[in-house]
Amino acid sequence: MPSTYDKLATYTASGTPSSYTFSSIASTYTDLVLIVSAANPTNDSGLLIRFNGDTASNYSDTSLYGNGSSAVSFRATSATGMNAGRTDTGISTNIVNVQNYANTTTYKTAISRGNDSALVITTVGLWRSTAAINSITVYDQNGRNFNNGSTFNLYGIKAA
Amino acid sequence: MLNNILGFLAESPALNSYESISTTTVGSGGSSSISFTSIPSTYKHLQIRAIAKSTGAATQGDLTLNSDTGNNYAWHQLFGSGATAGADASTSRANIVGAASLVNSSIASVFSASIIDILDYTNTNKYKTLRYLVGQDENGSGVISLNSGLWMNTAAISTITITARSNSIAQYSSFALYGIKG
Repeated sequence: MPSTYDKLATYTASGTPSSYTFSSIASTYTDLVLIVSAANPTNDSGLLIRFNGDTASNYSDTSLYGNGSSAVSFRATSATGMNAGRTDTGISTNIVNVQNYANTTTYKTAISRGNDSALVITTVGLWRSTAAINSITVYDQNGRNFNNGSTFNLYGIKAA
Repeated sequence: MLNNILGFLAESPALNSYESISTTTVGSGGSSSISFTSIPSTYKHLQIRAIAKSTGAATQGDLTLNSDTGNNYAWHQLFGSGATAGADASTSRANIVGAASLVNSSIASVFSASIIDILDYTNTNKYKTLRYLVGQDENGSGVISLNSGLWMNTAAISTITITARSNSIAQYSSFALYGIKG
């Protein structure tokens, strides 16, 4: 049986990049899974993503997090990037599922789970574009660089 | 060995340990439900990955197993709607709530996303547990929820049905079933 869950690309930061972009993503899969294990030199911060180099206000998201004492929900609208998890001075772990990323009928919805040293979070995000996704850029909400050794992995899942 | 169900960092999976079993995409006119039938018993776990929309007002796609519509299910949820974080639950009910969230048809081009994990689905020594993450964002509204479901039956799962609570599941909604080998 043909492989269903393929590793598309992997990157381990050498130095301190301000972002990382997966480009030329093949359109032959159904869903994408982005796994980011990243740290920054300062403190906890949001992990954001953009698609196809779109820096316009075409993103929005709804999040839910728990910090040990409270459960909190927040929302971003007409934003220039999509919340997709967390970074921290220690390694954070984030899994982002981008469903039907090559579907040119629908806007693109992503569901993510992540954590930093202070909280655990889940987010649903929307990119208001029907374009097939061919690149994903990962960056820090506060413009911080990623630490050396941060890892970025992209997988493709192919439905029958 | 792939361990995506537990949310751990996924390693490159062993060849063919995560397999596509079947995919259903709703056609023109919509459908009141979708079903996966004759699910092979050769996997360890199942995963459904979906996008979904309603043909009318927003509603839920509720899940049943093996065509059981008796009060043999329970459900718990943690949700965030932007302004509110909350929880909900229901026991001894006839289905598992909201495995798919069907977005209002008036909100153009927006579909919800679901990832549904069914663990140890063929084990006849235990009830069946589901965990699913569901959500949609509509740029000013929307909800994200983490859910657990319980089917109080030890039978191996051979059929999964998701039914629109009202209206129908809209065209282009897509449900893909995967099997994970143990």
